[in-house]
Amino acid sequence: MKFGVITFPGSNCDQDMIYVLESIMGFEVVKLWHKDHDLQGAEFVVLPGGFSYGDYLRSGAIARFSPIMNEVVNHAKKGGYVMGICNGFQILCEAQLLPGTLQHNNSQLFVCDNVYLKTATSNSLVTNALQKDQVIKVPVAHAEGRYFNHAEGIKALEDADQVLFRYCDANGLVNDFTNLNGSINNIAGITNTNRNVFGMMPHPERAADTNLGNIDGKKIFESILNQVSV
Amino acid sequence: MSSNEPNIEVAKKLGILEEEYHKIVEHLEGREPNFTELSIYAVMWSEHCSYKNSIKYLKTLPRTGPHLLAEAGEENAGLVDIGDGLACAFKIESHNHPSAIEPYQGAATGVGGINRDIFTMGARPVAQLNSLRFGDPSLEKTKWLLKGVVKGIGDYGNSFGVPVLGGEVFFDKSYNTNPLVNAMSVGIVDKGKTISAIAFGEGNPVFIVGSSTGKDGIHGATFASGDLSETSMDDLPAVQVGDPFQEKLLLEASLELAGKDYIIGMQDMGAAGITCSTSEMSEKGGVGMDINLDLVPTRQEGMLPFEILLSESQERMLVVVKKGFENQVTEIFDKWDLNCVQIGVVTKGNTLRYFAKDELVAELPADTLVLGGGAPVYDREYREPAYHQKAKSFTIDSIKEPEDLKAVTEFMVAQPNIASKKWIIKQYDSMVGTINMSTNNPSDAGIVNIKDSNKAIAVTVDCNARYVHTDPQVGCSIAVAEAARNIVCSGGEPSAVTNCCNFGNPYNPEAYWQFVMAIKGMGEACEKFNTPVTGGNVSFYNQTVTKDGDVPVLPTPTIGMIGLVNDKSNITPLGFENEGDHIILLGESKNDINSSEYLRSFHQVELSPAPYFNMDEEYHMQDTLQKLIKAGLINSAHDCADGGLMITLLESSYVNNIGFSIQTKNGIRRDAFLFGEAQGRVVLSVSKNNFDSFKQYCNNNNQIFELIGSVIGSVAIVDGNSIGSIKGLKETYNNSLEKIILN
Repeated sequence: MKFGVITFPGSNCDQDMIYVLESIMGFEVVKLWHKDHDLQGAEFVVLPGGFSYGDYLRSGAIARFSPIMNEVVNHAKKGGYVMGICNGFQILCEAQLLPGTLQHNNSQLFVCDNVYLKTATSNSLVTNALQKDQVIKVPVAHAEGRYFNHAEGIKALEDADQVLFRYCDANGLVNDFTNLNGSINNIAGITNTNRNVFGMMPHPERAADTNLGNIDGKKIFESILNQVSV
Repeated sequence: MSSNEPNIEVAKKLGILEEEYHKIVEHLEGREPNFTELSIYAVMWSEHCSYKNSIKYLKTLPRTGPHLLAEAGEENAGLVDIGDGLACAFKIESHNHPSAIEPYQGAATGVGGINRDIFTMGARPVAQLNSLRFGDPSLEKTKWLLKGVVKGIGDYGNSFGVPVLGGEVFFDKSYNTNPLVNAMSVGIVDKGKTISAIAFGEGNPVFIVGSSTGKDGIHGATFASGDLSETSMDDLPAVQVGDPFQEKLLLEASLELAGKDYIIGMQDMGAAGITCSTSEMSEKGGVGMDINLDLVPTRQEGMLPFEILLSESQERMLVVVKKGFENQVTEIFDKWDLNCVQIGVVTKGNTLRYFAKDELVAELPADTLVLGGGAPVYDREYREPAYHQKAKSFTIDSIKEPEDLKAVTEFMVAQPNIASKKWIIKQYDSMVGTINMSTNNPSDAGIVNIKDSNKAIAVTVDCNARYVHTDPQVGCSIAVAEAARNIVCSGGEPSAVTNCCNFGNPYNPEAYWQFVMAIKGMGEACEKFNTPVTGGNVSFYNQTVTKDGDVPVLPTPTIGMIGLVNDKSNITPLGFENEGDHIILLGESKNDINSSEYLRSFHQVELSPAPYFNMDEEYHMQDTLQKLIKAGLINSAHDCADGGLMITLLESSYVNNIGFSIQTKNGIRRDAFLFGEAQGRVVLSVSKNNFDSFKQYCNNNNQIFELIGSVIGSVAIVDGNSIGSIKGLKETYNNSLEKIILN
């Protein structure tokens, strides 16, 4: 599968993502520029983390108007794979490719830490190498990561098994104390109804290199690899 | 030439001394300077830009070493060869004065400035460290300053995208109204792709790139070169405003440029903006420049020439382009939606000429403005303060040994200077760039992964200002030794130093004595540890306003050090790994509680001598430890520093929640054994199987060590008695600072 990683002005995790996809996972990767009008044959498009346009208006709010986003939306509508990490997740919500929104953490502070994630479903392209309820340790780094949606929206997500991960503790306990940022139902990542668009606040690309002492995040890339090899 | 009749009185208001005014007239061959010219001299000869009161002593520091690619002062930052065709650029800088009155922007622009120093050389910043000093943490003012500084550092660095790999936070009432904010950046560059801060080649175009120029930060360098006082809030416009998004774009554009052969040189605009960059680049290449200020993109209409020249608007660079490559350069900056405008040309001779509205507004010889050229150099009067001798009269016998060590431990763990700084650190992105090897395996220094290589870089900042205050010479040597110790404990070899010298008013003979003696101690230690000083920054005029007058801050010569890890398998964690391992104190216990956090906080003793320190013993210990690590005999290593042995043991326990049992030593007071801060000591854990080899190795090398106990259980045990559970103590350690700050 050919990956495309988009660089928006202010993206700062694009090179980290490319390194993992290319050097660690061995995928083919094309670098996409936000002013481009073509995905260069990428089958799986990644919107990396960072502070696109400085996150000045509201995170992701300006980036969704970048020229390449027209192509991303078309690609997703045709069933193509798209994943947003952190700022990428925020952009996908702003572009309405994923439901809901990401608000300021309830601490009102930026938080960077290792957190535990409980796998909510293994029925997705990005979680199939994980068991349901399996706990993995993946870093977060964001100020606006509190997932919010109206009650019907949340019900629809839960009913259709669209939640990918929830914040928990090392033992998999999901409650208010283990809710990193105040997200509804501790939601850390979701997919759309067609299960081809994915968004998560934690950074799996920061937990995929043995040099860094934690490769739990690699499971997400292995999930994709599994599907491709089938 | 326009003139608005300046005179000595105007000069004085700009911070120029009478003798300096006469020197300016001399430089201008008898002509009186106009206001614009006077303003230029005022900033360029300010302490901040000229180092006029410090350079004489800074020049005594060791500045050469086998791995140095650029010596101090040659480039924007130090440059060290790290092999495999790579070089490491690194530097530390202060942003104390702006942070004192506008903590958020002051700290943010400090981060921005130091990173520009790195990427203007063509290096990509890969790690950030910071050394912060605040006053009494229970004061509302301190909480406001701390929250603002931390948010400023976080918001800027997180967005810009450089991870924080280390730092220190220290509280002392001397910093009550004058916090210290020292930021260090470390970058990596291909050896052949570095960019120089130089201008040459008559007719080559001069460009300004990046943000537009506004009225912020005018006379900022002058402001930073005066005392902070109660009226300093009136200087608010002297503080700059940061835009990390622009900086990120400027970084990417600059690094694209570094890969090409389109330019002669580039320099960032920090203090004194266009003035400083045009004069320093010209002086270095022995050329002049004609600059048309009307062409500078500005944020507002009607800016006066001196305002454009002195503006310290952030996120700007001066680029000297090779004639004929203007379009290629513009294309790169266009791609990143950044200004890129030609504002002048390089000229023959050494005259800087600035024009506005077709008029020559200033004309000066470049070399008269800069350090090493015509800027003044002073040797100030200094005098040993009375407290220095008084401190020596302290003896440990005057302190009654407490009986309840458990209570002392609980007290110590909760002290702001000892407790975890997690509440602060979590607000910084420490993992962007995927190079931080210390997140999951913490070690004494931060470890930067060099991808696709078996090498890594170890980075640290250190300074115990209490030691420096009581004995500047010894205290500053200790700061260097501790930095080296942290690098060695982590599995690296100390390589080079950048320093950030934060002191009081240089015209105060006692404050100046602290500076002179500290530099002496720094020089001796840098010589001993083979770590040349590659540059840094001096910040004088740091003092706190009290009702009894102004009190200088504790003298704080922060040492930033980098080291090389040649083999990643040498990286050594600070945490205990296996139950059953022996715990060894490498070095020797001393009956010494001098200047310890224990003596200061628990016994409220403010003045005592510096702790035990013997530079030769320390060097020998570090050398032995490097060899022991390379021989694979060490499972963990953590240096004994603030809080002493007990705190060191606990920190080693917290990582994997494993306890320890140790015995104190006959002949050494138990409080000194556990909480004393004698230098030259490291806590190691060694597998039982390796102990014989370890012992033999130390004996053969005449290295003193003490077997003090073993890694065991989940409780801290001293002489058979429980001091508390690791879990409980860790909770106190983790939560104490947050409780104080958010209270």
